[in-house]
Parts: sequence; structure tokens; C-alpha cells
Amino acid sequence: MKRRHVNRSVVIGTIGADAHMIGGWVLEKAFKEARFTVAFLGAVVPQQEFINAAIEIDADAILVSSMYGMGLLDCEGLRDKCTEAGLDDIILYVGGTVAAPLELEKNWPEVERRFKEIGFDRVFPNTCTAAEAVQALKTDLGID
Amino acid sequence: MSIYLLVDFGSTYTKILAVDVSNEVILGRAQAPTTIDTDVTIGLNRALSELVDTCGLDLRQVEGKYASSSAAGGLKMAAIGLVPELTLEAARRACLGAGAKVVCSYGFEIDSDIVREIEAARCDIILLCGGTDGGDKRVITHNARMLAHSEIACPILVAGNRVVSDAVRDTLERHGKKVYRTSNVLPSLDMVEVEPAQALIREIFIAHITHAKGLDKAADFIGGPIIPTPKATLQAATLLAQGTVEEPGIGSLLVVEVGGATTNIHSVADQSPVTPQTVIRGLPESPVKRTVEGDLGIRYNAPTIYDFIGRDAFLARLRDLYPALDDPSGDDQRFDPDEHIEYLSKNVGHVPTTELGLNADIVLAESAASIAVERHAGTVRQEFSVVGEILVQHGKNLLEVENLIGTGGIFRYGLRPERILSSALFNPEKPWSLKPRNPKTLIDRMYMLYGIGLLAEHFPAPALRIAKKYLTETDLGS
Repeated sequence: MKRRHVNRSVVIGTIGADAHMIGGWVLEKAFKEARFTVAFLGAVVPQQEFINAAIEIDADAILVSSMYGMGLLDCEGLRDKCTEAGLDDIILYVGGTVAAPLELEKNWPEVERRFKEIGFDRVFPNTCTAAEAVQALKTDLGID
Repeated sequence: MSIYLLVDFGSTYTKILAVDVSNEVILGRAQAPTTIDTDVTIGLNRALSELVDTCGLDLRQVEGKYASSSAAGGLKMAAIGLVPELTLEAARRACLGAGAKVVCSYGFEIDSDIVREIEAARCDIILLCGGTDGGDKRVITHNARMLAHSEIACPILVAGNRVVSDAVRDTLERHGKKVYRTSNVLPSLDMVEVEPAQALIREIFIAHITHAKGLDKAADFIGGPIIPTPKATLQAATLLAQGTVEEPGIGSLLVVEVGGATTNIHSVADQSPVTPQTVIRGLPESPVKRTVEGDLGIRYNAPTIYDFIGRDAFLARLRDLYPALDDPSGDDQRFDPDEHIEYLSKNVGHVPTTELGLNADIVLAESAASIAVERHAGTVRQEFSVVGEILVQHGKNLLEVENLIGTGGIFRYGLRPERILSSALFNPEKPWSLKPRNPKTLIDRMYMLYGIGLLAEHFPAPALRIAKKYLTETDLGS
């Protein structure tokens, strides 16, 4: 895949019927401090809104937060929709309590594998810090 | 006495209000059919002489004149954006809030078919947007190229991604287009900034459109700029709600304006979440909002309203208002709703004189108002999550709006105008639609709101006091 020009811009939001907002806020702040343009969509965000925002701001990545254990269900199909919308080189991350807490603890490799299978570039457990997420994206974009 | 004339060159009638600004009274009003096809001053002079005859006005005492116009199709605009729900929606709001009619709107890359549609639509202004500041550049650049190579001769207003605005303007200017440029209508996804674009639309309207619409003579008579009528009404709504430094406003409000071709809804109210925990989705709403339903009007578009409600429901509502419809000894036995609706759409100047005709108008107007307010108001839906129920709101919550105002010919001439306002209220059968629950209801019996908006620019406090004095409070229960 041809690597896009880097626009230092990301879309952040909590997907599905999940009303948690704090994780997204923390990420928004961290990415702004790292001089990224951030479109923060808040909570209960449908997949289509992530895509619309990414098109409009010419985003490098969509950072999906999911805190209520149903992340896999909510995230399925997002990669395909991005491809359909012309966002064929966008980076997708997901993080938080992305599966049931017990699963996260016992079966992390399996959880990670399943998200990667549906098209996510990186999956972060709820122990990850915002700084780590920023660093990961910088690495993937090839900037410092 | 300081007398001012407030003129509206409407699509059907030219209306004049005479007000005494120092004593804060309306001296009289008059109207005559608009004569835009020949010479707009003919209709104007007829209305003026009626005004002189009916209220004994001495025109030499007039100190000033202000005017609005929706004649010759009003201000017709095309809106172009990127994502339909984002920059295109912001572009549409910019047009509507400037008093324009959005005759066509397109998201994503436009192609040659769309360019031909825009050419055929004979717009007065094209608003070209797309991309947040620093966001997508490709689509607006492509769309500018398409417009540059078109036959389009009207002014193009560029209000998209700041990063490429200059390049976009150059592309268009190189091909001889008249271009205006202002800041982005959606600089970032959490900020809709339509005011600079609206200010420029107004300037373009005054500089080009007045002439193009054959309103030069009218502008000469007025001795100043003419603004789009819906803009005047929106200014009146804003003044009424927010007040001035010396005179308090009446608080949040919703204005329902039912016309022959369109139904306009204006609201001045914050987006306010239904509950503090409610999640708000979609583009942020500005306090002042106008929507116009081009398919809802009680003359030109009577057939559309009739199709929406259906023959049976139309007859049922009419019977409810006018039980004599079924009177075997009455003359109305032969009434055929299909024929009546057809007649109205072909005789757009028709003013009903019979009980039946008046009531049929009410049925049409209440249906139009109900649908238009439903489209204007926000919605709320329930989502169930592991942490319990969440409310998700789109658009404006108008449940607690303090005032509901009816304006337009039907509120002046029609029977039972309060019926029309009732249909704009919250309906327990559709609890997701956030329409006003318990507002104070006011009727513009003088059909003066446009005039208040015209006066608002020059004499805000007197204009506000006049509006308060002449709006009639009504009880929907009766």
C-alpha cells in the first residue's frame, strides 16, 4: 500500500452505544499537545461518523475508544467502510476495555488477533498510557 | 412623528407597513400584486396609493424607507461541500441563515452532469466549501476546476479549507469567474462559523442580485440596499428573542411562517441537551437557525402536502373543523378534495371566501407547519448499554422554548390560526421529536415581522417594543 502524505491529524471517539468519554478526552489532550489536529467526536459515535470526520479533516488515523466490553462487535466492518469511502491508507487503532475484562486478562493475544483480523493496525489494552499511543502513531507515520 | 415605510417585494404581493418610530405605533399597511415582470414600481405605487387612501398618510412626512425582497424567485443558491453531514450541511446552513433558498446541494466530487444541473438551476450565488482548515484539499480543488470550466456566470463564494482557498480562487478567476472568498464555514468539526459567509452573501445580494432581479428601480425608490425577506424575518426573530441593551427580549422562540410555496421555520434557542447526561451528536447548532421546506406551501405546493397526509386524513381533518361538510342539505356535498387541491395549485393568488375554503386552507397549513417544525426540531433516541439507558440527541431541543409565533398570510386572513400553531407543538405520539411543549403562543396578525427585521438594523429598541405591542397572544386551548 502506498503510504499517504502525513497531515498530523486524527479522529478520536468512543464507538457504538458506549457513553464513556474520559478515555477519549485524555487522548485528545495528549495528541493536541503532540501538535496533532484532533477531531474529537465524544461518545456513542457510529462508524459512519468516524469516517465522515476522517474524510473532512484528511485524517492520518482513526483512534477508537471502547470501554464497555463490546468493542469487537462495534468495530467490525469499520475497515471495509473506510476502504469504500476512499480512506484506503488510513491507520486504525482501538483501545480501552475492548473485550470483557476477564478475556483481556487471560486471552490478550486472542483479543489482539481478532481486532487485527478485522483490519485494525494496533490494539491497546486498558493499561496503555496516552503517551504510548502518541508514540505508536508517530512511529507508524514515520515522524520522529 | 418620524414615519418610516417598510416594504417587502414578495413573490406574490408587495406589502408596505407605515410605522411611526418615535411614537412606536404602526400607522397602517397596504398591499398590491408584485409586478416584477414588468416594472416593480407599478405594484409598489398601487400599494402606496392604497396606504395613502386607507390611513391618510402624507408621503412628504416619510423620513426613511427600508425594503426586503423575495420576488423573482428570491435569492437562489447552490451549496457545494464535501461530506453531506459536515461541510455540505454547514454550507446549507450558511445559505439558509442568509435568507437564501438552496436550490441544489452536492457533496463529494461533482461531475459534468452535476455542473449541467447547476447551470440549469440559474442560481444567483454558488457557495463552494469542502474540507476543514488543514483538512481535505483534493475535493474542493477538483470542484473548483469543474466550476471553472463551466458556463456558470453567477458569483462564486469560496468558504472552504483555508489552506487551498487562494489556489481555488485563482483557478476560478483564471477562467473569468466572479469570485468572493471568506473564512471556512467549518474550520474544525466542532465549530460551525457561517457568519462571515453570510455577511458576504448579503453584500453580493446587494451588489449584484438587486440588479439581476430587476429591482433597480425599487432600490432607487428606497434609497438604500434591499435584503432578502427571510433574512429580515430572521433578524426580527433574533431581536425579539435576545432583546437590546435597553429593552429585554421575550426569550427563546420558534417562528412558523406558512407561505404559498414554502414553509419557513426560524428558531432562536440554544441546542440544550434534553438531560444533563444526554449525548449530543452531529454538527453543533447555532442559537439562530432557519430551515425552509421547499415542498410545503399551501398554494404552489398544496398537492405535495395533500399527498403527504392522504385524501382520507385530509377529509377527516376537514370534517373535524367543518362538520357542515356532510350536511345533506348544504352546498358542500359536491366538494371533491382532489379538484380543490388542483385548483389551489393553479390559482396561487386565490383567497378563500367560503367557510369550506377557509377550513381547507387551515388543514393544509396545519399539516405543513407540523411537518416543517418536525424537520426543524432535533430528535432524541434511547440506546441501551451495559451501564444502562443513554439518550442520544441530534439537533436542537425545543421542548422548553418559551414562545411560538405564527406569521404569514394565513395568520392574517385565515380562520382559527391557533389551530396551525397547535400543530407545531410537541406530540406525545412522537416523543422523539423535540417540538415545543408549553410555549406562550403569539400571532402576527399585522404581518409585520419582516418590517420589524428591517427596522431592527436601524432602530432596534423601538422595533422591539413595536413587535411586542402588536403580536397578539392567543390561547391554543380555546
